Amino acid sequence: MSDHAEHNDSFYIKTWAILLVLLIISVLGPEVGIQWVTLVTAFGIAIVKAYLVAVRFMHINATPRFVVYFVSTALVFMLLFFAGTAPDVMKSSGTNWEKPAWIAADIEYEKNRGAHADGHGDAGHH
Amino acid sequence: MSARPIATTRSAAGIPTARLAVWWIIASEIVIFGGILGSYIMHRMAHGIWADYAANTNTMVGATNTFVLLTSSLFAVLAHQAAERGDGKRAAKLLYMTCGGGAVFLCIKAFEWNYEISHGMTISSNTFWSFYYLAAGVHAAHIIAGCIIMLFVAQTAKRNEELHRVEIIGVYWHFVDIVWIFLFPLLYIAK
Repeated sequence: MSDHAEHNDSFYIKTWAILLVLLIISVLGPEVGIQWVTLVTAFGIAIVKAYLVAVRFMHINATPRFVVYFVSTALVFMLLFFAGTAPDVMKSSGTNWEKPAWIAADIEYEKNRGAHADGHGDAGHH
Repeated sequence: MSARPIATTRSAAGIPTARLAVWWIIASEIVIFGGILGSYIMHRMAHGIWADYAANTNTMVGATNTFVLLTSSLFAVLAHQAAERGDGKRAAKLLYMTCGGGAVFLCIKAFEWNYEISHGMTISSNTFWSFYYLAAGVHAAHIIAGCIIMLFVAQTAKRNEELHRVEIIGVYWHFVDIVWIFLFPLLYIAK
C-alpha cells in the first residue's frame, strides 16, 4: 500500500473546511470593488487552494522528487508556450512586424458588435 | 489465483507503476489545460470587450460547482484513507459519493449551459464563448471519464480487491478539481 504518512479523517475534513473558507473569500473579493483585491482574492486564493489540494489531498510531497520535477517541467512548458505566443496576441506591432489590417479590423468589428449587444453575449446572428 | 497485470507486481524508480502512470497523465493534462487556459488568458487580456461577455456568467453557479467538486475531492481522499486501512466497502461507498458529486456538477453545468444557450450565448457567438464552452466542456469530459473509471474501481474495491486503485483514481480526481479551481476565477470572477 501507500508508503506516505497517514493522517486521520479529521485532517482532511479540516483541509476541506479551509478550502471552503477560501472559496467564500474569493467570491466576496470582487464585492469590494477594487481591481487588485479582486485579482488577489480570485487568483491568489486559487493558487493557495491548488497548493492545498496538491499537497494534502494528492500527497505530492510524499512522491519521489523526480515526479515533482516532471510535473514542474509540464508547468514550465506551459509558461514557455504563453511567453512565446502572448506578444503576438496581445500586441499590435513589434520589431519588424505589425498585425495585418484584417486582424485589427476583426478586433474592431468585435468591439462594435459587443457595443451593440444589449448586455448579453452576442446572439450568434450573422 | 487470478492473473494480474505485470505492471501491478513491479515498480520502477521507487514508486508503484500505477502511481507513476497517473502522475505522468497529470503532467500531460497540465499541458492540455494549460494551453487552453493560457490561450484564454492572453486573448482575454488583449480584448477588453470580453469583460462584458464574461459578465453574463453566473458566479453563484460557478461557486456552487466549486463547492461540489471540493466536497467530492474530500470524499475521494477519505476513500483513499479507507483503502489504506483495508476497508474496501467503505472506500467503495466513498467513491460512489465522489461520483455522485461529479454527477451533481454535470447536472448544474447542464442547467447553466441550457440557460446560456437559450439566451443566445452559444459556442459560435464570439471567441469568448468559444473558449468558455471549450474549457468547461473539456473539463466536463474529464469529469465524465473520471466518474466512469471510479465506478469500475469501486466495484472491485467493494470486494477488497485492487485497493491501490482507489488512490490512483483519487489523484486523477483531485487534478480535475484543481483545473476547476483555476477555471472558476477565470470564467466566473474576472469580469
